Amino acid sequence: MRMHRRTLLALALASGLTAPSLALAADDTIKIGLLATFEGPFTVLGEDSERGAMTAVEEVAGTVAGKKIEIVKGSSDASPDSAVRAARKLVEQDGVKVLIGPLSGDEGLAVKDYAKTQPTVTFLNGASAAQDTTFRDPAPNFFRFGTDGAQWMAGLGTYAFKDKGYKTVATVAEDYSFPYTQVFGFMAEFCKAGGHVPSKSWVPIGNKDFSSVIAAIPDSVDAIYVALGGADAVNFLTQYQQSGGAAPLIGGSITVDQTVLTAKGKLRDVLVGTPSAGPTADTNDTPSWTKFVEAYKKQPGAFPSPSLFAHAYYINMKAALLGLDKVGGDVSDGGAKLRETLSSLSFETPTGKVSLDKNRNAIADIFLTEVTENADGTLLNKLIKVVPQVNQTLGIAEADFTALGAVSRDNPSCP
Amino acid sequence: MTMSLQSTPGATQPNWLDKIGAGHIFLGIALVLYPLVASDFFLTQIGGYSLIFGMLGLSLMMLAGYGGMVSLAQITVAGIAAYCIAIFGDNNSHLLGFGWPWWIAAPVAILIAAIASSLIGWISVRTEGIYTIMITLAIATATFYFAQQNYAIFNGHSGYAGVRAPAFWGVNWRDPKPFYYLCLGFSVLAYASILYGSRSTFGLTLQAIRDNPRRMRALGFNVTAHKVFAWFLAGITGGMAGVLLVWFNGRVSPGTIGVDAAIDVLIIAVIGGLRHPIGPFLGALVVVLMQTFAIDLVGAERFNTLIGLVFLVIVFISPDGILGLWAKFKPNFSQESLRPGL
Repeated sequence: MRMHRRTLLALALASGLTAPSLALAADDTIKIGLLATFEGPFTVLGEDSERGAMTAVEEVAGTVAGKKIEIVKGSSDASPDSAVRAARKLVEQDGVKVLIGPLSGDEGLAVKDYAKTQPTVTFLNGASAAQDTTFRDPAPNFFRFGTDGAQWMAGLGTYAFKDKGYKTVATVAEDYSFPYTQVFGFMAEFCKAGGHVPSKSWVPIGNKDFSSVIAAIPDSVDAIYVALGGADAVNFLTQYQQSGGAAPLIGGSITVDQTVLTAKGKLRDVLVGTPSAGPTADTNDTPSWTKFVEAYKKQPGAFPSPSLFAHAYYINMKAALLGLDKVGGDVSDGGAKLRETLSSLSFETPTGKVSLDKNRNAIADIFLTEVTENADGTLLNKLIKVVPQVNQTLGIAEADFTALGAVSRDNPSCP
Repeated sequence: MTMSLQSTPGATQPNWLDKIGAGHIFLGIALVLYPLVASDFFLTQIGGYSLIFGMLGLSLMMLAGYGGMVSLAQITVAGIAAYCIAIFGDNNSHLLGFGWPWWIAAPVAILIAAIASSLIGWISVRTEGIYTIMITLAIATATFYFAQQNYAIFNGHSGYAGVRAPAFWGVNWRDPKPFYYLCLGFSVLAYASILYGSRSTFGLTLQAIRDNPRRMRALGFNVTAHKVFAWFLAGITGGMAGVLLVWFNGRVSPGTIGVDAAIDVLIIAVIGGLRHPIGPFLGALVVVLMQTFAIDLVGAERFNTLIGLVFLVIVFISPDGILGLWAKFKPNFSQESLRPGL
């Protein structure tokens, strides 16, 4: 048997791969994981989320309870697998005890399941807004200080039916849990008010060609409810405009978000006047909001106004920092004290008061908006009305709300 | 380590240790002892994951290296096995989930994956080169979109969650150490079988078909049947990887079998090198390490650029991947034995 030096070299190389994790953070720093979509179709949204989170960090000058904050970033591509993989890396390799994220619906459901296996880590949602991340089968260490996709729709269904006079509406939305939740929130009110939704189109994320979807929309509808995000929204709106579509639009929260409103092209023409609802409004003129916008704009590459992703990550990061401050930055007890503090935390945000319900989901103000063109040509969401303190069951008694069933493609239905 | 598939010691036979080779023995010992020094994260997220993707790369390397058929559908084959486990076993997505025990579900899943692989092979064997790539890419993409939009079997975009690895003999096989050894065991099995198989009659015939199919046909070999059988064998390897993958993630969704993942498998095989079955495992290790840690090196905005550049550099310096690099630098390391040779 020959033993070559190269064999030994291979052995040495192999043992190099075993580098034990250097997760021991120095005592004077606190590691916070930041999980967002820095790749894939939601990259633009992920980057704005980071701006929001960093705004909160810079507000406290990068220190909390006398300790330096160290942000460790993880990236997903909006698929649940990649989100869990990134979360695992942040928790198990980098040793973060507080994790902010993820960004999109199915990711949130997957990370919630993962949270159950890591009881000593405190998870705060990013912008993920599927209902069942907190409503059914919640994880005790998963908090959502941003509201969910159905809450974001509060007031819109009634407004579309009563004020706009739309009786029948077709929906076009992406085919996963977050848009289901948005359509659920819209239809819960719209159907109750007496409206009808004869056609629902579900399109895969990253769809490029919407011509068959546009052709399938019935001519008889009064308006089209669109819940698409990022590049999907831009593609749909552009193609809808090119195909000569004339029906007015109703926007899901991320369809008329700054990430879409800042896009170039003629889709602007079809967007002006679109009603929508969400956790933010660009023309909100309360001092706390304008102060937040100024702080946000200091971030590199910022939009004219923060997107709801920046807002959601800001709120959750802010909650984490407030909680950490109250416990003196001490998570040595596996974060039990921190989670207790967070559960009862209630604080003023740029968009009003936020508190948590028993499932650790936020109760907060929702803004009914309409897209308008600013004097300088930029598009903004004009504030129409504030719906105060919307809870996760949209004001319906919890038992009745649960009886409506889990959100899905077919629920609710009022053809 | 059970590397010795043909340990028939005899006076005329070379020593079985020589047959296995010192490299294999050291590598084996190092891999078996790896859990002693590695953290749980390095054990599963790097070690286990690399082995799983190494097996996937291996199934491609076998087709491409020995059969001359470059397939982009290996992740699809693995995905079929993964979905089968979720459907036949238990899941918490309130759809299907027949609750079969693992010892029925896993072999059936692997068998279905192998049959699916044979079908893909049967469709694509009449093509060559770039056309094989195109056909398999089309199959992978079509399967991805079908899985994403089919709700009766694949449960659409969310796929299946809550798939648990089996627990038996008092061991939960998803715990870091058992899972690592599970992956290692399957990998060694696949690696040794392919290494052995490549020198078997079938393996040599396959390589001859790769080099000159017309002559082989003239000699009376059934070229198509041999190629399809190679796809079947690659399907078994890919299916095993798929079963481990769904146990590893605890879930499977169309994102698992998307075009990105299909291309990752190709990158793994190319980066590693197609000449020897060890190549895909090396490639998988490099790719997994890069994908996990690049974000720490250059930040969130440009880490995919860094990953791409590293792959480009490897392929640029050595068209034959890491194995080629090794062959290039080997003469520089002295070949003297550390002790006088036997």
